[in-house]
Amino acid sequence: MSIFSSKNVKLLSGPLNLQNPVTVQILGICSALAVTVKLKNAIVMGLSVIVVTAISNLVISMLRNYIPSRIRIIVQLVIVATMVILVDQVLKAFVYDVSKQLSVYVGLIITNCIIMGRLEAFAMGNKPWPSFLDGLGNGAGYAMILIIIAFFRELFGSGTLMGFQIMPKAFYEAGYVNNGMMIMPAMALILVGCIIWFQRSYNKELIEKE
Amino acid sequence: MQEMINIFVKSVFIDNMIFAFFLGMCSFLAVSKTVKTSIGLGAAVIFVQIITVPVNYLLLEYVMKPGALSWLGESFKDVDLSFLSFMIYIATIAAMTQLVEMVIEKFSPSLYNSLGIFLPLIAVNCAILGGSLFMEQREYENIGQVLSWGLGSGFGWALAIVSLAAVREKMKYNHIPAPLKGIGITFIVTGLMSLAFMSFMGITL
Repeated sequence: MSIFSSKNVKLLSGPLNLQNPVTVQILGICSALAVTVKLKNAIVMGLSVIVVTAISNLVISMLRNYIPSRIRIIVQLVIVATMVILVDQVLKAFVYDVSKQLSVYVGLIITNCIIMGRLEAFAMGNKPWPSFLDGLGNGAGYAMILIIIAFFRELFGSGTLMGFQIMPKAFYEAGYVNNGMMIMPAMALILVGCIIWFQRSYNKELIEKE
Repeated sequence: MQEMINIFVKSVFIDNMIFAFFLGMCSFLAVSKTVKTSIGLGAAVIFVQIITVPVNYLLLEYVMKPGALSWLGESFKDVDLSFLSFMIYIATIAAMTQLVEMVIEKFSPSLYNSLGIFLPLIAVNCAILGGSLFMEQREYENIGQVLSWGLGSGFGWALAIVSLAAVREKMKYNHIPAPLKGIGITFIVTGLMSLAFMSFMGITL
């Protein structure tokens, strides 16, 4: 089997749209919404989740034949927690201000359902390389949704992107006001609802049956 | 005492786990189809929360904080284990849910039958780990405050899931655009409920 056979590429690209962890599998919503007030936080959070999913998928897949199934959840949690501690220490060392703003949500990557879901559903039954790609793809799908939500929330909520002013001054002089609603938690939920709406009206096969 | 009541009210209505912090969303969305099951899960979360949060608080105070190990002797004065907090919290939570499950099974089979399937799921519910992490971040002063934060956050979560389930039961009979059906409309309803909860902001006793 070649390293990038069509099957493997599918593992990587599927989660971006038809198998998206956030909008289709409905996993990992908890942190997806809370860190999206600013684009920079969303990017850092997305990258951290990509690293944790990819590497813990790889490690669990390498160990899959040695883990007794009765205690597998604890083993998985320990491996994920180790990865998250590493990521947390790196963030604290290099991007301290972002790490402060993400607050508890970095720690909550441990219980992020995407990671546990992929470990259970994929890594426990597949070889290391496909598992690594699956983790990478799912992490990327998650990061993508995060970035889309954060883009809209920061642009309309505070008129900036990555901290730079985007909305021209002339707009404000003509009476434009930042939409304070966008900063509030409620709007994140409604935006996810709208993204799901768009995605499902584009991909008819995703519509839920009664 | 007043401080404890204050923390409780704040954690139920203002700092609600679901509507302000989005914690425990996965099971919140998946289990909120009927009121009956969501009451079961809500009760289980309250139960686990009032046990794990104080236990984690004690571990933090007497094991992990810088200098917390000084009760062992002079040489442990400078030990700082706080980087281990994620690992210790999650281990406590996994162990406690297992323990709670066993205790309930032994002493109250009827409660076990109604909660049974949800108990193992709670180990990976973000609301539980989030409760412990917020407890660490907010630096509560004594065990009483921690206890009322644990109870309040669990209760707020239960309140949220039961009220969403009630809305969803009624929504079955509505005509919703096909692409929004199911999860899409649930998100929007949760968003609107979260807006309603924002009216509690600023309440203190």
